[in-house]
Amino acid sequence: MSPEPGEPTADRATEALRRRVSATARSVVAQTGPLLGLLVLGAAVSILTDRFLSFSNLANVGQQIAVISIVALGATYVIIAGGIDLSVGSVVALSSVVFALAFSNAGLAWPIAVLAALATGIVVGVVNGLFVTLGRLPAFIATLATLSMARGLALVMSEGRPISGFPDDFRTITSGRIVGDVPFSIGLTIVLFLLGGLALRHTVFGRAVYAVGGSEEVARLSGIRIVRLKVAIYALAGFCAAVGGLVLTSRLNSAQPVAGQGLELDVIAAVVIGGASLSGGQGTAFGTLLGALIIGVLRNGLNLLNVSSFWQQVAVGAVIAAAVMTDTLRRRRR
Amino acid sequence: MLRTRTLGIAITALALVIAACQGAAETAAPTAAAGGETTIGFAISSFDNDFFVTLSDGAEAAADDAGVELIVSDAGGDAATQASQVEDFITQEVDVIMLNPVDSDAIVASVEAANAAGIPVITVDRGASGGEVVSHIASDNVAGGTQAGEFLFEQIGGEGTVLELEGVAGTSAARDRGAGFQEALDAATGIERLAKQTANFARDEGLTVAQNLLQANPDADGLFAHNDDMALGAVEAAAAAGRDDLVIVGFDAAPDALEAIKDGTMAGTIAQQPDLMGQLAVETAVKVANGEEVEASIPVEITLVTADNVDDFMN
Repeated sequence: MSPEPGEPTADRATEALRRRVSATARSVVAQTGPLLGLLVLGAAVSILTDRFLSFSNLANVGQQIAVISIVALGATYVIIAGGIDLSVGSVVALSSVVFALAFSNAGLAWPIAVLAALATGIVVGVVNGLFVTLGRLPAFIATLATLSMARGLALVMSEGRPISGFPDDFRTITSGRIVGDVPFSIGLTIVLFLLGGLALRHTVFGRAVYAVGGSEEVARLSGIRIVRLKVAIYALAGFCAAVGGLVLTSRLNSAQPVAGQGLELDVIAAVVIGGASLSGGQGTAFGTLLGALIIGVLRNGLNLLNVSSFWQQVAVGAVIAAAVMTDTLRRRRR
Repeated sequence: MLRTRTLGIAITALALVIAACQGAAETAAPTAAAGGETTIGFAISSFDNDFFVTLSDGAEAAADDAGVELIVSDAGGDAATQASQVEDFITQEVDVIMLNPVDSDAIVASVEAANAAGIPVITVDRGASGGEVVSHIASDNVAGGTQAGEFLFEQIGGEGTVLELEGVAGTSAARDRGAGFQEALDAATGIERLAKQTANFARDEGLTVAQNLLQANPDADGLFAHNDDMALGAVEAAAAAGRDDLVIVGFDAAPDALEAIKDGTMAGTIAQQPDLMGQLAVETAVKVANGEEVEASIPVEITLVTADNVDDFMN
């Protein structure tokens, strides 16, 4: 009854295959919480109002969450790595003001002004990273400091006034349409999430982000250069915030030094609703996109239903609590 | 030890420099006239903002007319500077102090100090959170909301449907402007408000919320926003939805809104009248100095800006 020579190998292959399948299944299951939440919410809103499920409304929602989702993509990396970035709302405003001044005052071509804005975001991110690593500040404090500094700089540079009026080409970022009349900003968001999601899952950098969030000590011992990695992560978050700032500027046709106030909380909510853990090591880009969609659909629905603004705040809080709670409970059961 | 001493010396030096600067500022201000003439001290929050410069000009003109002396101080937006400026007024024994606080909470100590010295206090534009204030003079946001509403209803032809973008829930500006608009709505016949939603005084939220409201109510004729930023967001939303015909009225007369009125994308806005505010403040202060009774709250009329008079507000 000795087994045939080929059998163990075949077994191993099936085992490996099964493992891979179950890993994929697990990662799909991990998204079911937020996905289910989104579907339930969408169904509820579409039962309550027939205005919700129309192409133009869904396109609106997509445009409306473009800024928060792009900023939240960067925040996903930071939170998975066990950090937090409170400065993103201010970076949105600062990069927006830098763009506007470079274009309107310095008279640079708008693509150059865009580069200046992106560089601004990266610089603030690098400062955050250096504060956290070399400065040994807790991320909460470091980014709280840059939140204040970046907001202050945005106000100083713009003298507190909005700067308006940009060329049509630049406005195409949000007003333009890609195939099927889908707004360009939605396409941009999807492309960024594909890139960001793939990089997070399939590159050495992405795996290091999870490793450092899981256990910094283990990550360090396994040869990951923590300082360089963290600076890069915060720089990425700053870059995403700057992209968000540019999208916002294009959408409003105006750079507002007071823009993005409180955005960091929406962003953190999106990441956490999407299944990331604030203690690090967990989370996905796709989950974050779902989290941002939940927030966007909720706000849109409350507007469509004309719910009183006092009750809206209660509703938003309740949904955040419910979303995260179902997710943690589900995880615990498994 | 050495370090502590160095730090001590540095702080002392810094304090001396600051004191010297303030001393220089103090000598610039004339001391109160010893004679029977009425002297009013006017502590302004910051001349960085044109609004307060105009406020001060209005007060100066009224003081000239009334033949009283007006001492104006500029706190440069710093609450501590303002506190010491009010102390100076108390030392100079002015008859009335007019306060335009940098910070409604921080000014309370100064109001109490003036109360203790028996000098009546009037607040202008911004209130004080505590202490005894004889009169508060500020723009009439309720009347502004009503006026904006009446103008909006007239612009959509006397009947139709409107939307309302509210300010930050719970703030006095949102409450008063909303209440005024409600008054206009109650008085009008044939006007229906389809929706009322907050966009937190912000332009991006104004765009988002207006977009959603236009989705829910594609046939709305007009929109009133509690401030110009939200109104300008609504302008973008209307353009994106192909609703260039939506009549939009804002509040504040911000530079961008004046441009929009000139371009025809906004129908109107409400402007405050800081010069009138300064004038009323001085007139009230003179009454107080003469021992007359004054109202605890004096609303300053606001004015409607439309395409007809927008040029008067642009400079």
